[in-house]
Amino acid sequence: MPEDSGTLERGRPVTDAGIRRRADWIRLQAVELIAQAGLGHYSSTFSCAEIVATLYYHTLRLRPGEPRWPDRDRFLLGKGHVATGLWPVLADLGYYDKGLLKQFGKVGSPLNDHPNMKLAPGIDFSSGSLGHNLSVGAGIALAARLSRRDYRTFVLTGDGELQEGQVWEAVMAASHYKLGNLVAIVDANGFSGSGPTSDAMNIEPLATRFAAFGWLVREIDGHDVPTLRQTFDTLPDTGSKQPVCVIARTRKGHGVDMFEKQPQAWHLGLLSPEQQADVVAEITARMELAGSEAEGSAS
Amino acid sequence: MTTPTRKMVDVFSDIDRDTALKANPSGYAITEIAAGDDRIVTLTADLSNVLAEFRGAFPDRYIELGIAETNSVSLAAGLASCGYVPYIFSMSPFGMLKTAEQWRTDADYNHLPVRLVGRLSGLAMGYFGTSHYAVEDIAIARTFANTTVLSPADSNAVLSLMRSTVDNDGPVYVRIAEAADRVYDVPPDIPRGTWPRLREGSDLTLAGHGMGVGLAVQAADVLAAEHGIRADVYDSAYLKPYDEAAIADTASRTGKVLTIEDHTVNGGLGAIVAETVGRHKIQADLAQAALPDVDLEVGVPAELYEYYGLTVAGVVARALELVKG
Repeated sequence: MPEDSGTLERGRPVTDAGIRRRADWIRLQAVELIAQAGLGHYSSTFSCAEIVATLYYHTLRLRPGEPRWPDRDRFLLGKGHVATGLWPVLADLGYYDKGLLKQFGKVGSPLNDHPNMKLAPGIDFSSGSLGHNLSVGAGIALAARLSRRDYRTFVLTGDGELQEGQVWEAVMAASHYKLGNLVAIVDANGFSGSGPTSDAMNIEPLATRFAAFGWLVREIDGHDVPTLRQTFDTLPDTGSKQPVCVIARTRKGHGVDMFEKQPQAWHLGLLSPEQQADVVAEITARMELAGSEAEGSAS
Repeated sequence: MTTPTRKMVDVFSDIDRDTALKANPSGYAITEIAAGDDRIVTLTADLSNVLAEFRGAFPDRYIELGIAETNSVSLAAGLASCGYVPYIFSMSPFGMLKTAEQWRTDADYNHLPVRLVGRLSGLAMGYFGTSHYAVEDIAIARTFANTTVLSPADSNAVLSLMRSTVDNDGPVYVRIAEAADRVYDVPPDIPRGTWPRLREGSDLTLAGHGMGVGLAVQAADVLAAEHGIRADVYDSAYLKPYDEAAIADTASRTGKVLTIEDHTVNGGLGAIVAETVGRHKIQADLAQAALPDVDLEVGVPAELYEYYGLTVAGVVARALELVKG
C-alpha cells in the first residue's frame, strides 16, 4: 500500500480514556441530532458507542479524503437505525463538512436516520432493512479475495437482527468461502423494538451458534474499551480462513441512568428539554471527571 | 385438452457446447461476454447447471450460494459496490419474487450494476405446480425506479440483450422465456428503451414480450393471409424503460391494441400499454392475451398455454374479437 498522509492506518495510538471520552461525545452528539430531527433511537445508539469509537479512532484503515479508496477497511452499519452515532464521527474525521450535521433530518439532507451510500461520503453500504448487511459484507469480503486486496470488512449487527433468516444464510456463506477478512460484531444489548430479544425469539446461545457455523468467536464486554481494542488488535490476518464474530455484550442505553433503567422506553423517542438537560449533564459530568486522562480533544 | 406438443424444458442437466446457444442462450451469452471483461462474476442459488460452460471457462469467477436467493442478491450488491458486475442466475419464481425487497433495497436504491437472469419464467415450470410459476415478476420489477427490465423474444434476442447489459450502470432484470419460437435470424440491435417494429399494419396492434413476440408475429401472418387484416407488430423487449413513443404512435393509428404475455393481466405489458394510452388521452380499444387474475391450473406448459389462449390460434381469435368489436 502506498504511503499517503491522508491515510489513517490501523491501530492508531489512542488511550483508553480517549476512546471512552469519544464514546460519550458520540452520545452527546446523538442526543443533539435526535432533538434536531424530533425522533430517534437513543438506547440502541448508546449501547454501541464504545464499539464505534474504538473502530473509527483506533482500528479501521481509512482515507477520509478519498472515501471510495479501494484499500480502505469497510464498516457496514447493519443496525442502521443508530446512524445518529455515526454522522458526527464521519464529520469529525473529515468525510464531509460539520455543517452538514445541521441539516440532519431535513428534506434533502444526505444524512438520514438510516445511512445511504449514494448520499453520504464514508458510508460503505446503505442499511435500514435488518438482516441484509452481513450478506453485503460477505460480498465485499469476497470482492477482496477476488481482487487480492487486504482490506477488512466489519459489519455491526443488532442482536434482534439475528432473528432474520438471511443473516444465517450469510453466516453459512462466509464460512463456506473461508472469509477470514470478514468480522461480524454483534451489539448484544438484549433488546429489540418491542422487548427483550430472546423473549420475542430466542437467539442464544450465540457463541455456540456462530461457532457451529464455523466462525471464530470472541465474546466480550462491549463497553470495556481495553478489551475492545485488544480484540480488534489481535484479529487473525485477513488471509486467514475463518470469519470472526465478536459478540459484544452491551447494555441498551449504556451511559445514562434513565435509559439503562428503561431501555425499552428509549428505543425510539424524544427527550423533553428538561430530560435532555439532565442527560447531557450526566454525560458531561462523566467526561469532565475523566477529562484529565484523555488525550486529544473531542470537538 | 390436446396432447402436449412440447415437453418440459430441462435446464437441470449440463448442456454441451453445441446445443448451448439453442437451449441455454443466457448461459452461452454470459460465457461470451465474460471473456473480455474481468469484472463479470456469476452467482447461482443451486442452478449451477445453466452455467456449466461458464464454470469451465472461469471457475474462479463463479460463486455458488446454495438454495439461498435473498443472500445471493445482497451479496451480489456487495460485490457490485466493489466494482464487480455480478450476474445472478435464478429460477424466476425464486429470483425476483422471493428477493424483491433485497433487490429494491440493496441493488436498486443503491444504483448498483447487479443483474438477475431469471430462467424458467412464466409457466415454464407448469408441471411442478404453482409454487414454481413466475407470472407476477414484471409487475414487481418495473416498479423499481432504477431497474432495467428486459424480456428477450428468442435466443438471438437473449444474446444481444445480454450483451447490452454489460455496460449498464444500474440493476437489470432479464426474464428468459424457455423454448420461445424463433423471431430473429441474427442477434437484433435493440436500442435501449425501444421496441422493434416487426410488421407494419393499421388494423390493430400486436405487442408481446418473451414468448409473446413469436406468437404475435405468427398470428399477424395468419391474420394477413386468412383474414386480410394487417397488424402492427412490436417486440416489447424493453419493459423498463419502455417505448412510450411507439405505444402512443401505434395506438393512435390502429385504435386497437392486443398485448401478449405469459404474465398475469396485472401490472405487466398490458398495464404498460393501458397506462400510456391513458396518459396520452388516446382513444383505443385494449385487450390482453395473458394469464387471468385467478388461481392458475397446473400442467405441462404447452397444455397450459393452450388452455389460457397463449397460442397462435388463441392470439388470432383475440385479435379477431378486437377488430370486429
